[in-house]
Amino acid sequence: MSASLSYSKTTDWRLPRLRRGALAVWRRNALVWRKLMGASILINFGEPFVYLLGLGFGLGHFIGDMAGMPYLTFLASGLVASSAMNTASFEAMYSVYTRMVPQRTYDAMLATPLDVDDIAAGEMLWSASKGLISSSSILIVSVLLGAVTEWTALWAVPVLWLVGLCFAGPALVMSALSPSYEFFSYYFTLVVTPMFIFSGVFYPIATLPAMLQAAVQILPLTHAIALIRPLVSGQPVTQVALHLAVLCAYALVCYYIAVVLIRRRLIV
Amino acid sequence: MTTSNTALDYVIDAAALSKAYAGHAVVKEMDLKVPYGGCFGLLGPNGAGKTTTLKMILGQSPPSAGRLQVFGLEMPQATRIVRTSIGVVPQTDNLDPDFTVAENLQIYGNYFGLTKSELAPRIHRLLDLVELRERAGTRISKLSGGMMRRLSIARALINDPELVVLDEPTTGLDPQVRHRIWTRLRELKQAGKTLLLTTHYMEEAERLCDKLVVMDQGIIIAEGTPQQLIRDCVPDDVFEVHGDAQRVNSLLSVVENLRLEAVGDTTYCYTSDAARVVRVLEAAVDVSYLHRHANLEDVFLTLTGRDLRE
Repeated sequence: MSASLSYSKTTDWRLPRLRRGALAVWRRNALVWRKLMGASILINFGEPFVYLLGLGFGLGHFIGDMAGMPYLTFLASGLVASSAMNTASFEAMYSVYTRMVPQRTYDAMLATPLDVDDIAAGEMLWSASKGLISSSSILIVSVLLGAVTEWTALWAVPVLWLVGLCFAGPALVMSALSPSYEFFSYYFTLVVTPMFIFSGVFYPIATLPAMLQAAVQILPLTHAIALIRPLVSGQPVTQVALHLAVLCAYALVCYYIAVVLIRRRLIV
Repeated sequence: MTTSNTALDYVIDAAALSKAYAGHAVVKEMDLKVPYGGCFGLLGPNGAGKTTTLKMILGQSPPSAGRLQVFGLEMPQATRIVRTSIGVVPQTDNLDPDFTVAENLQIYGNYFGLTKSELAPRIHRLLDLVELRERAGTRISKLSGGMMRRLSIARALINDPELVVLDEPTTGLDPQVRHRIWTRLRELKQAGKTLLLTTHYMEEAERLCDKLVVMDQGIIIAEGTPQQLIRDCVPDDVFEVHGDAQRVNSLLSVVENLRLEAVGDTTYCYTSDAARVVRVLEAAVDVSYLHRHANLEDVFLTLTGRDLRE
């Protein structure tokens, strides 16, 4: 018998495999959400109402049109996309960390046939679903306020789910690395908030200095808005493949990194 | 079937199994064979490597070296298949706080790919088994420690496992609950399940285990049935003598074949000549004593020493 005595912490780099088990994880989270639906629906609809009423009508009064559409429509389409980002990021950090560390939910799951691949995939799918719920709420509010009138806006729905998936990825990586909840405020302050400001939610990125314009092209929110805004406002969508590819790449690459890191953290 | 040591004779078969963290060996070249049926005990002080061994068996920790088979399958490669037939009662309850008692069983069953219709009768039966039927709709935060433990046991049985792994199942519970849990565990044994139990309650091990190993610092230092170990490792009788240690020492120096161990104001006297010791101690007025049969705790302390472990 050959006993290879490699007494060091090994990293499992194997590619994750997607299996049905991920759906069981998704389902668990969906069932918890259903229990608390009342409160979360109120928040989902309440916040965009305030934003759109306050900023859209207030600022819109002075701005008038922007990029060929009413400012309210411009802002609504940006907020729809950024809401998918915010919600998915939040879920894949605070909620995932809660399940991973204090609640030990993953420890319990890892005594069943589920493995880290399934757990990470389930969490990403769920974070994307939550992103979809909150961004769709904004879309509905925008329709009610008359900011969105085009049927093409329905195409935004599947794209928003992908946007959620794209942001769930890096957030899950943060969770895998995080020693505590405080860690997440760095990510929000240093990554999410700058993206919210620079990626074209409030104004077209064409107004940025040339260098910044190039820089924001690496940010996923820029590509999310480049898809969502024309769909919501009924304008032609350009470079669809590029934008979708960027969103998919963030989701897939980060999923892989997160799986490797969570394996390192839990399978020791 | 022959009685030769083929892999299929054993639920768990480990050979030279080792685990190290950052160069520090926690389990060292362990050979372990757990037969099908009955309750197998894994005993040892804190830090002996018990939980690490369990984690390797469950595929939650890849071995650093050596070979490990569970149900005759190579670990950790067979982790997913192996886990379908194992139930786990963890050391710390990790029930899902977002759900009720019955929902916890339902959700956990889903993780095994079991459907609602398969699960409904099982949940019914398991809630009866652990006497939590009335609490089916109660949230986890409203349960007592004993109820949580019982629910953990029910949850460990949701997949109708062949092997049930129990990591210190009764730690921190009052005697009533412990006895009730022991009864449940004996029932499981009778139902033909294999139990793998870690504990540092020797009373628990003596009552439940058909066979056990004692681990210390990552090594198995003794194995056998509780009776065998008591017979082989310690003399039949123990006297716990209270009084000045030096005085006790000189008193008993007239008796041959005994072992003395002083801990504070108590001197433990292990002997196979009880009658002689009784005579000596009865004659002395300045000491009091307790005479009892040797038990597994004596074996444990003899083998692992009385030093405190972290």
